[in-house]
Amino acid sequence: MTQARSFPQRLIALVFTALCALTALALAPPARAEIEVNVNRGDVQPLPIAVPAFAGGQVGADIAQVISANLQRSGLFRPLDPASFIEKDLSAAVQPRFADWKTINAQALVNGQVTVEGGKLRVDFRLWDTFQEQQLLGLQFTSSPENWRRVAHKISDAVYQRLTGEKGYFDTRIVFVAESGSRASPVKRLAIMDQDGANPSYLTSGDSIVMTPRFSSNSQEITYMSLTPEAATVYLFNLETARRESLGSFKGMVFAPRFSPDGGRVAFSVERGGNSDIFVMNLANHSSTRLTSDPAIDTSPSFSPDGTKIAFNSDRSGGPQIYVMNADGSNPRRVSYGDGRYTTPVWSPTGEFIAFTKQTGGQFHIGVMRPDGTDERILTSSYLDEGPTWAPNGRVLMFSRETPGGPPRLWSVDVTGRILQPAPYPGAGSDPAWSPLLN
Amino acid sequence: MVRRKNSRTLLKLALVGVAAASMAACAKKPMPVTQQPAPPPAAPPPTPQPPPPAVTQQPTGPLPGSTQDFVVNVGDRVYFDTDQYTVRDDAMPLLDAQSAWLRRYPGVQVRIEGNCDERGTREYNLALGARRANSVRDYLVSHGVSADRIATISFGKEKPIDDGSGEDAWQKNRNAHTAIVSGAR
Repeated sequence: MTQARSFPQRLIALVFTALCALTALALAPPARAEIEVNVNRGDVQPLPIAVPAFAGGQVGADIAQVISANLQRSGLFRPLDPASFIEKDLSAAVQPRFADWKTINAQALVNGQVTVEGGKLRVDFRLWDTFQEQQLLGLQFTSSPENWRRVAHKISDAVYQRLTGEKGYFDTRIVFVAESGSRASPVKRLAIMDQDGANPSYLTSGDSIVMTPRFSSNSQEITYMSLTPEAATVYLFNLETARRESLGSFKGMVFAPRFSPDGGRVAFSVERGGNSDIFVMNLANHSSTRLTSDPAIDTSPSFSPDGTKIAFNSDRSGGPQIYVMNADGSNPRRVSYGDGRYTTPVWSPTGEFIAFTKQTGGQFHIGVMRPDGTDERILTSSYLDEGPTWAPNGRVLMFSRETPGGPPRLWSVDVTGRILQPAPYPGAGSDPAWSPLLN
Repeated sequence: MVRRKNSRTLLKLALVGVAAASMAACAKKPMPVTQQPAPPPAAPPPTPQPPPPAVTQQPTGPLPGSTQDFVVNVGDRVYFDTDQYTVRDDAMPLLDAQSAWLRRYPGVQVRIEGNCDERGTREYNLALGARRANSVRDYLVSHGVSADRIATISFGKEKPIDDGSGEDAWQKNRNAHTAIVSGAR
């Protein structure tokens, strides 16, 4: 990377290097030959960025803090310590003193100001390339004052997209299962929080065990399963209206639901007489179609983002492995051939990977592979990791991790495996589901 | 035991009394008779006479046909090998006893709950637990229990009976539990 190259190109190069690190072994040399590909993923250094408090009082400082934390957690940026800043009290209306920012090696600068007028919150912000001395982005957001965190997330997404060339994932939420009680008598409640852990709240009372919530990829709707001694039932739940609806009653257990990419169908497993097969239901008329009829376990269906294929889990060859079939159930074929047990396939929103849980050597791993099973890459390893969910841009996975005898916790890892960290939720949680970007 | 020993002592006392009486009966030649009251028989050495032990009372075990009867006298849980769902040989005597008990009490409805250890992922374990529950159900049906008396469910790995993390705990958690739903005394 040369000094002459412009700033966004530098960061795009960083991201590209990470992606190439992921796939270099199998891909042909990338078309963008000017970018130096280094398969040593430790070479990716986060980009130094300055996010001084926005002008306009406490809410301005709070917004800058949320942006800074978002960028930091992405692993691609290194927000600088505000104590090192030379230029103080910036205004969004005045060009920054670039020399002051270059001195502390802030390669990018985000500044802004907040005004509250007539009960409305207005936030102006600018993103600067300090070395090129150029404005990269200037946007204004208006909302209600209590909505300041979402404004901060939207600014974070704008900065992320401008500098990486990929959509952000900060204005999103996580639905998960908050756990309490003993292991033998667990209390499991659906809960929701912002992706940065703010605004946690419960969605269900804990009367029945709930698990495996999943977001529709284009609406604020989830599907999940509820387990009582009498029945396993799949529900649809609209987060905006709080309306809950059963998928319908089936003879046998109903579990492992997941939306089609257009949100119009749900694929799931039905168990009859001990045999689990995959069905799909059209939500418009509640008609369901059976997609598999193998005597093996067939479960955990996950649509490809174009809706044409379904990855699923089956033990038809012995142990559990990942298969891909056409969305009508035809042409199932095994795609995982590594050593171990493969479960919970989840197609990435970009379509380029299938994430999975793998068990081998007494450990659990989260990994990704190409949809044809090539380029398997193990991202994590622990006593018990399971249930990955993708951020809407396909860059980050969240999953749950347990230590022996301990409660499950939410963790995240980026798709290169380089940035592994606990999710910002302090309690016991499992089965995270990442929302699409809010509107 | 104590009681029997006591009664033996009483019997001995009686015999001594009879012997004393017969000895008195075959005494010497007739003599001028001065009638006197016969001397009392020699008193035997005093024997301690503890009060009879108390009789304790308690129920005669679980009421036949009750849930407790089933759990205590039959057994409500059988275990499986890792990743397996076929009924193990060592589980068959217990399931034979379950089916005999269920045939004797035909009004009882049961639910077989399949369980798994934590060394698997959630959805796969739900499916595996369903297989285990149905293996037990099929066994009971093949031994004469009507299928419409048996419901099944899988708890996957959600309800471990041992919250440890090691092979001992995992073995306990790979099971099928026969829960009585209704009809027991």
